[in-house]
Amino acid sequence: MNGTTLVLRALHHGERRLARQLTAVAEHHRAEHEVHHVATDLARWSREHANRLAEAGRVRGHPAEAPEEHPPSPLTALREGAAHALGDRPDPGLLLLWDLRKLHLSASGNSLYWEMLAQAAQAAHDGELLQLASRCHPQTLRQMKWTNTMVKVLSPQVLTTP
Amino acid sequence: MDTSVDRIADPWGGRTPYRRHQPWPARVDTFLEPGTGPESVQRWVQTASILHSDGDAMDIAVRDGRMVGVRGRVSDRVNRGRLGPKDLFAWQANSARDRLTRPLVRRAGRLEETDWDTAMDRIVERSRELLADRGPGSIGFYTSGQLFLEEYYTLAVLARAGIGTGHLDGNTRLCTATAAEALKESFGCDGQPGTYDDIDHADVIALFGHNLPETQPVQWMRVLDRLAGGDPPRLVCVDPRPTAAARRATVHLAPRLGTNVALLNALLHEIIRAGHIDHDYIAAHTVGFEELAREVSSCTPEWAAGICDVPAARIREAAEVLGTADRLLSTVLQGVYQSHQATAAAVQINNLHLLRGMLGRPGAGVLQMNGQPTAQNTRECGANGDLPGFRNWQNDRHVAELAAVWNVEPETIPHHAPPTHAMQMFRFAEQGSIRMLWISGTNPAVSLPELSRIRSVLSQDRLFVVVQDLFLTETARLADVVLPAATWGEKTGTFTNADRTVHLSDKAVEPPGQARPDLDIFLDYAARMDFRDRDGGPLIGWHDPESAFEAWKRCSAGRPCDYTGISYAALRGGSGIQWPCGEDTPEGTPRLYTGGITWARPDDCESYGRDLVTGAATDAVEYRAANPEGKGMLRAAGYLPPHEEPDDRYPFQLTTGRTVYHFHTRTKTGRAPQLDAAAPDVWVEASAADASAADLAEGDVVEVRTPRGALRGRLRITGIRPGLLFVPFHYGYWDTPGGHRPADGTPGRAANETTVTDWDPVSKQPLFKTAAAALTLVERGNGTPSPAPTTTASAPWRAGAAPPTTGGRSALVRQGPAMPWTGPAGGGA
Repeated sequence: MNGTTLVLRALHHGERRLARQLTAVAEHHRAEHEVHHVATDLARWSREHANRLAEAGRVRGHPAEAPEEHPPSPLTALREGAAHALGDRPDPGLLLLWDLRKLHLSASGNSLYWEMLAQAAQAAHDGELLQLASRCHPQTLRQMKWTNTMVKVLSPQVLTTP
Repeated sequence: MDTSVDRIADPWGGRTPYRRHQPWPARVDTFLEPGTGPESVQRWVQTASILHSDGDAMDIAVRDGRMVGVRGRVSDRVNRGRLGPKDLFAWQANSARDRLTRPLVRRAGRLEETDWDTAMDRIVERSRELLADRGPGSIGFYTSGQLFLEEYYTLAVLARAGIGTGHLDGNTRLCTATAAEALKESFGCDGQPGTYDDIDHADVIALFGHNLPETQPVQWMRVLDRLAGGDPPRLVCVDPRPTAAARRATVHLAPRLGTNVALLNALLHEIIRAGHIDHDYIAAHTVGFEELAREVSSCTPEWAAGICDVPAARIREAAEVLGTADRLLSTVLQGVYQSHQATAAAVQINNLHLLRGMLGRPGAGVLQMNGQPTAQNTRECGANGDLPGFRNWQNDRHVAELAAVWNVEPETIPHHAPPTHAMQMFRFAEQGSIRMLWISGTNPAVSLPELSRIRSVLSQDRLFVVVQDLFLTETARLADVVLPAATWGEKTGTFTNADRTVHLSDKAVEPPGQARPDLDIFLDYAARMDFRDRDGGPLIGWHDPESAFEAWKRCSAGRPCDYTGISYAALRGGSGIQWPCGEDTPEGTPRLYTGGITWARPDDCESYGRDLVTGAATDAVEYRAANPEGKGMLRAAGYLPPHEEPDDRYPFQLTTGRTVYHFHTRTKTGRAPQLDAAAPDVWVEASAADASAADLAEGDVVEVRTPRGALRGRLRITGIRPGLLFVPFHYGYWDTPGGHRPADGTPGRAANETTVTDWDPVSKQPLFKTAAAALTLVERGNGTPSPAPTTTASAPWRAGAAPPTTGGRSALVRQGPAMPWTGPAGGGA
């Protein structure tokens, strides 16, 4: 297994994780209607990315890993992270901000993997892999821009108006 | 041509045919209350219609201090004397017996009459408390599309620089937010590119989700007159209902709800494939062509046919008509704006015109329409979730300019995030961070989606609700303070229609009781709050409509919506004037973008744009890189499936909409006898195939249910698209025992009991045309017909299935040349 395969595998894992996180956030914040609907739409992008990455791994003779064994649900993980940071103040606005921050970090992690993959594809003259990265990476950047915009829009009210 | 016409039975009146490129002939419509002859009218007072966005110019007839009728203004370019049914009859609501005449305050749970000082002091006291304890973010303002320019501007200054809150939006969010956003996305700035005069010159008129005959009936009269004359235009109509426009169309496409982007991408695919694009225009005036061409390259008519359920051949036919037009006029309204992927779809229509170079010439234009009469002013004045004068909240120079106009520090004006949109304000109120909501001239307890949720938000003890209106609306019944407002005809001001035409509306009669103009109420509040500028002077230095207009002119100077060349004197007596109107354009401006795109340069633009799928904001650096020279932007968007799809439990798609006889929540039109009788109650439309499959007949009482709630109405079987149900959204509860909601144990009547809380992430416009629903029989009609009008899109599929909608003698309107008038001049007639 070479480095490119490692990145493929890590990114496949990262996109699947982001898809689950987006779905969980959509579910948990149903009353935040825009977050609910857009997160659901954006989870679709990550699922598509994961499928394409799995296919790319397969044709290169390195099938993607099987799903993790009963990982802690991302919802639980997110909620635990937020609850830890927020002490015992389960304010829905604050929880949403913390969840959006987590989503942003996950998407940024994926974005850097896409960068690595695109660079490796160019160095190795792997046209198909480069095409995959060129097609998917912009959507990851759009996921990051969305979480960033939502944080920007919601922070003033959530953080300064009790 | 001097006849009387029943304008309920015939909403559009008689024809005055004319040829392409000829001026539209005049026809003056006059309606005076029974027993009033023209000789007994003492004054004609100049105004324009306040019941749709057309801006029909009219005069109010006054006798003994009362309104007694109306007539169209023959000299005005918008309507050349014509009036629609609402213009003709709805003025009668001004003198309805149940007008609010005194302020009300809630005491021990009940609304009680009081005086102005008590009511205003209560509002001021709560404002001060909240500012001290919770800050400006705890106060929100939700306004209208029916106040006047001077009122919105005053409200914008007091909210943004006085209170310092970002929470100010209008119900224009429900009607025209997508129009504004689509214009910003394509042209960098709001501002209607086309003009109604383009109807005189176009050889193809395309109506995208726009029921023109019912929303702007006077411009439909213009189209009908072209169709009756020489060299008539071809019509392309995209609408799932059999509207009067669909019946006259060369090509009618009736797609599944929520698939506009797929259909439009296929039309663009075909137009590019066939080479019907203007390469020189694209090179000179646009950016983004390669990306758009790539996005639509796989969007074949066959692909779209599978998604939209429209035959591929019909899509090709439409593309051929659009692609070969010599002068193409497109109009867009709620079928796009209130549907899934609203902005993404509206932008594709701008793309069509950019690709074909169809802008800025007679007959070649886009009309991204408005629903409400003064929605344009809500947008311009910054009362709609934007900054006044189409200024960019992300551009520090624009904010500094605004701060200089207001003589405040730039940081006084919240601009660290986009101004809050209405749906988000209701969410903040639901969560408890907004504690005071001042609602002026609108009725969210009927007009917003998912009414049980809205009622529960407005009913919270911790939320202080102020409602300023003409009547005790459903929303007013939930208020803590109710302020009685004067309306059109009882106050002076200006407003601007969907093609940028500014009209003056003069006061004709006194308001009832202690009712006051909205402007006076806002000025009174600002004075009591003692808002100051940075030199300690009063923040708001004006005191009446004309001085407010002059203040607005200073704010508009140098911006696209430049009013500096307009004055009350210039508007009085003549025709409306289209902005921009300044030093270089003293006569106004019929068409924008005659020589290319003018307001998209990075330093000038109103917005750097948003992602068409996520709504994420673009920043200045990205915008500058993508569009350094400020060209038109061809923006691509892929199709996404709607968020709510039919299933076994909810097998139908459900859409809501309006009828020609009513406006908004019937606050006025329900109190005009002719209009009320024409469409007295809610109904449900279904196709003949669906009715027959469910064994339902005309007039059967049916229930429409979604996961949010249900309503009941009588069934009308029409030529609507199979699989689709339609319910008009006008009907609420003020004229039922429930008052503001369904009475206990009775079924819902309002369409919005069923609608979903979902909005376009780009324009934040709620989506009223995307829900899955179930339809069940409640009770057989046994011959009682549905109350749906037979004259319009709700006409029965089988002729004679219901008695024809008529108005009889009380709806007779005189139609002819200008009425001879030799009495004393007055009121600017």
